Amino acid sequence: MKISIKDVEHVALLSRLELTEEEKQEQLRELNKILDYMEILNKVDTSQVEPLAHVLPLQNVLREDELRATLPKEKVLQNAPEEDEGMFKVPKIV
Amino acid sequence: MGQYEVVIGLEVHVELKTKTKIFCGCPTEFGGEPNTHVCPICLGLPGVLPVLNKKVLEFATKAGLALNCKIAEFSKFDRKNYFYPDLPKAYQISQYDLPIAEQGYLDINVNGQTKRIGITRLHMEEDAGKLVHQGLTISSSNSSLVDYNRTGVPLIEIVSEPDLRSAEEAKAYLEMLKAIMEYIDVSDVKMEQGSLRCDANVSIRPMGSKEFGTKTEVKNLNSFRSVQRAIEYEIARQIDIVEEGGKIIQETRTWDENKGITLSLRSKEEAHDYRYFPDPDLTPLVISREWVEELKAGLPELPAFKKERLIKEHGLPEYDAGVITSSRALAEFYDKTVSLHPDYKAVSNWIMVELLKLLNAENLEITDSKITPQGLAKMLKMIEKGTISGKIAKQVFEEMFNTGKDPEVIVKEKGLVQISDEGQISTIVDQVIANNPKSVQDFKAGKEKAIGFLVGQVMKETRGQANPGVVNKLLKEKLTKL
Ligand SMILES: [Zn+2]
Repeated sequence: MKISIKDVEHVALLSRLELTEEEKQEQLRELNKILDYMEILNKVDTSQVEPLAHVLPLQNVLREDELRATLPKEKVLQNAPEEDEGMFKVPKIV
Repeated sequence: MGQYEVVIGLEVHVELKTKTKIFCGCPTEFGGEPNTHVCPICLGLPGVLPVLNKKVLEFATKAGLALNCKIAEFSKFDRKNYFYPDLPKAYQISQYDLPIAEQGYLDINVNGQTKRIGITRLHMEEDAGKLVHQGLTISSSNSSLVDYNRTGVPLIEIVSEPDLRSAEEAKAYLEMLKAIMEYIDVSDVKMEQGSLRCDANVSIRPMGSKEFGTKTEVKNLNSFRSVQRAIEYEIARQIDIVEEGGKIIQETRTWDENKGITLSLRSKEEAHDYRYFPDPDLTPLVISREWVEELKAGLPELPAFKKERLIKEHGLPEYDAGVITSSRALAEFYDKTVSLHPDYKAVSNWIMVELLKLLNAENLEITDSKITPQGLAKMLKMIEKGTISGKIAKQVFEEMFNTGKDPEVIVKEKGLVQISDEGQISTIVDQVIANNPKSVQDFKAGKEKAIGFLVGQVMKETRGQANPGVVNKLLKEKLTKL
């Protein structure tokens, strides 16, 4: 399964990455290499195997509906690129 | 219109009323200062581990059962990836291919006809944060502010089959869904506050066609009325396009309540590509059948059953039974009142006429009013005993509604006791006869209606307190003797 430069551009857009022509070519090579590995895995017959939902043999890990401490506001906003009125300021999105 | 069939499916989000968020211990309560109900987990900081709130699983399962769904034996959470600033992790934790509940239905009633509407699926997910646009208008602002307090509040999304055939059916479906969620007590289901949200998928097709037409998704429906209006508008818009030989475009549209139209939300139409995959932080769920049975056994009587009971056992008209059971609080008020004063018709009439009139006038929920079942039952007993007339009772009722006072106290304080004493009424009747010779003549001339006017005059003289039965009797006696 080979992907095209179009697929690279689509994935880059979804990841909000800006790539130069050179980088796109490099990503195309890298991604195709990974997909080649996947092709090897595809040779295994998994028709009788349930898809894996979790890597550990765990299930039903739940918590009680109990309040826990929230983060102080100064800490919450510490990583905000910009702040206004106690909120995260971001470029306008409509 | 006649040659098109309308096809509607609804996607409804219901906010669950847990104390804490779905994957962390932050409060879900409304009204905190921005960004004060958050922690590293709901902010999506690196290295944190979300853990599912047990109550969310319980509420979602209860909702699935109340909607006659099959509850999954194995379920899991997935990440739905997209970039939007109200989503701090750049993905929403939701359920993709193995939702908690599937294949249910609910019954709606439109124009006296019962119709079964299929429910495709019900899944759990987290809510996103809130974007506040700066500046006076959205277009004049150049930045947005984000408050993450709502991020991680538990939601269930309920997707219907495309079984609805009119805006009216869609509204009935939503009302029934709201009532059910209210009865099983898993949500406040208030559309104005956003704890009940609805998107509508609307399409039309030639009558008799088996294929679906191209659908549009209508968003921003903030009230039951807007659901109905927006769908009606969208149907008309689509028919116009088709009639003019045009093509419907598959798109998302937003309802503009003020203008009464839907508008295209065409963004840079990069088709959604959510790249769902199982969330490795959350363990799968194995739902035991015993637990499901336990929850099922604990479900209360649901609105459809309650309605049937009120019709069959209490003899209420179908419409009245439908209205009373459409809200859990109203149904409980009715139940409690008839347990104290088992005159079903009288209780239902007072709820249907006076109570709903006052609630609608002030746009209140019954829980906001001061009236109690005890008060109403006591007042109805006073009418029965003849202490007050039905007319005076309306005044008493309004006073109880506003102040929550005992009806006996109100009657005493305002001097509203009914006058049934014949001697006292007789004097007033004589006066009224003497003062209204024209009406008396009319009556004598065979105009039976004239007596109504005379009764009215007596009631006026007594400020409504005369017993109408006694007034009628005395008037007739005296007039025929004249
Ligand atoms: Zn949190």
